[in-house]
Parts: sequence; C-alpha cells; structure tokens
Amino acid sequence: MHSFVYRANALLTFAVTILAFMCAMASLSDSFNSPTPSAQVQVLNINWFQKQPNGNDEISMTLNISADLQTLFTWNTKQVFVFLAAEYETPKNSLNQISLWDGIIPSKEHAKFLIHTSNKYRFIDQGSNLRGKEFNLTLHWHVMPKTGKMFADKIVLPGYRLPGEYR
Amino acid sequence: MGLVSDTVDSVKSIKFREALHQVITLGLIVTSALVIWKGLMCISGSESPVVVVLSGSMEPGFKRGDILLLHTNKDPIRAGDIVVFNINGRDIPIVHRVIEVHERQDTEQIYLLTKGDNNDMDDRVLYNYGQNWLEKKHILGKAIGFVPYAGWATIIMSEIPIVKYILIGAMALLVLTTKE
Repeated sequence: MHSFVYRANALLTFAVTILAFMCAMASLSDSFNSPTPSAQVQVLNINWFQKQPNGNDEISMTLNISADLQTLFTWNTKQVFVFLAAEYETPKNSLNQISLWDGIIPSKEHAKFLIHTSNKYRFIDQGSNLRGKEFNLTLHWHVMPKTGKMFADKIVLPGYRLPGEYR
Repeated sequence: MGLVSDTVDSVKSIKFREALHQVITLGLIVTSALVIWKGLMCISGSESPVVVVLSGSMEPGFKRGDILLLHTNKDPIRAGDIVVFNINGRDIPIVHRVIEVHERQDTEQIYLLTKGDNNDMDDRVLYNYGQNWLEKKHILGKAIGFVPYAGWATIIMSEIPIVKYILIGAMALLVLTTKE
C-alpha cells in the first residue's frame, strides 16, 4: 500500500496538478491587463508600381512605422508578434489582407520602436486593382504567453491611397 | 512436471474477484482518457484538438515539444492567425502563421498564404507544385492556446517506439500486480 512506487505516483500526480493549476492562473491573470497601445504609420515613398506579366499589380513602398506596445507585456508574456497589413476591398474580393512587415518583440524594453523600412513581403494584388486604390494599414499584434491563452488585437489606420498610375 | 503444477497453483492462487477489480480499474483509466479526448473534440470543434509542435519553424514563439490547443469555428481566418494545415498527399500537419488573405466577394472562398515566423521565405515552397494558396479545406484549426514542453513525451514515444512499449508494459504490470 505504502510502497515507494505508490508514493512516487502520488507525488508526481500532485506536482502535475499544482503545475497545471499555476499555469491556468498565470493565463487567467493576463485578462486583468488592459493595454493602451498606440501606432503611427507613414508611407514615405512609392518605390515602384507595375503590372506583372501575369496581370497582377505589384507595388513597393517605403514605410515609417512607429508604435508603443509596452502595455501589452505582462509577467506571462513570452513575446509579441507584430505585423503591418495592407487591407482593401476589390470588386472580386471582399477582403484582401497582405502583410507588409512583421517583427518579433522579445521584451518590454523593445516594445517602443520606430522603423524605417520598405515592405518585407511582396505587395501583390490578385488582379489589377491597385491603381488609385484606397486602403487601410492595420497594425496587428499577437501576444504569445509563456503559457495559456494567446491574445490578438489591432489598430486600424485608414485613409491611405495608392498612386493612380504605374511608375 | 513440477514447473507446470507450480504454474497452475500460482494461477489458481489469483483471486478471481481481485483480478476482475483490476481489469475494471484498467478499463476505467482507458475510458476516462477517451472521455477527456472526445470531450475536448466537442468543445474545440476540431478533429484533433491538441497538436504537438514538431519543428522549430515558429521559434521563438513555439518550440519543438510544445503543445497547441486548437479551435475550429465559423469565425473567418484572418492574417496573423496561427493555423494548422495539411498539404494534400502529406501526413504531417504544419503549424504556421497566415500572412496573406484574399476572400472572394460572392462565394466567400478564401485564399491564404502562410509562413513560419522563423523561416525567411513564405510557404509556397512547402505547398504542392503549382499550388499558390491554401484554401479552407486544408485548414485543420486555429491555435488559441499554448502549453510549453508538454508534448515531449509524445515526441519521444513516436521517435523511439521501444520506450512506448516499455512504458505500456510497465503500466500494465503495475496495474495487474498491485494488491489493494
């Protein structure tokens, strides 16, 4: 009854239960955090804008992204994945989301940043709808916890417009 | 001769009631595991509610051996979501992030492009030849939660099968030999 194996088993079960409970509590404590992030994005330059041989529009732009995501970090935050997406509607598609830039923020100290970059991923439309197109730039973030539930949210920055002619 | 009668005696000495009790205990363990699994399937709406991360392509977010909790519902898939998908003709599901979404106006058909956070290139190189987009049918679920390290046991058991047999053997032996 009170053999070594029994005691080891009981101890292990207890330890795992406590660990699971602590993980659940850590994840739950995240929901008490109410973050107040902010972001600004400027399109500094359209580097080039053309129609590919297969008929899809492609554009390259230079962006200035500044954001303060420090309030997203809690003690249960492993990292924050942040990305900037261009979002627009075309006659064919009710939604197009194209990620232009992304980054991993490993700690709170790096959560306030200003980045000057051209788009990291290719901005290609499904078709030829980009001339004069109005679009939103949306800064999304995904909070990856040390354990538990993942959180995601975004800031939509509306009112950007692409040039009317290829260049 | 002596050996045979000894064995017969030892078999006879097992009390029937006790043996039955042990079989029931074993059955209880197996069925409760099944109930938990099927219950998770109901809650998450996903055919495989839990996946183990097998590669380092999502590091440092997810490491090999971490467990992801999946969820499948009517909510549309959007850029930034971490999805688990299957490429036609391949068994192993892949866990990567959606970086591009195109949703059709009329049919609401959806075209997705994915990429591992730790990879330099998007996943078009992983897709089948000539396949540019993932569609709804490829997606198994969306990752909503995360438990570190918990999947290591699975990885070890699937890569070194002998460990699995030793473990199952030891557990069966333990259950069958322990007396109240």
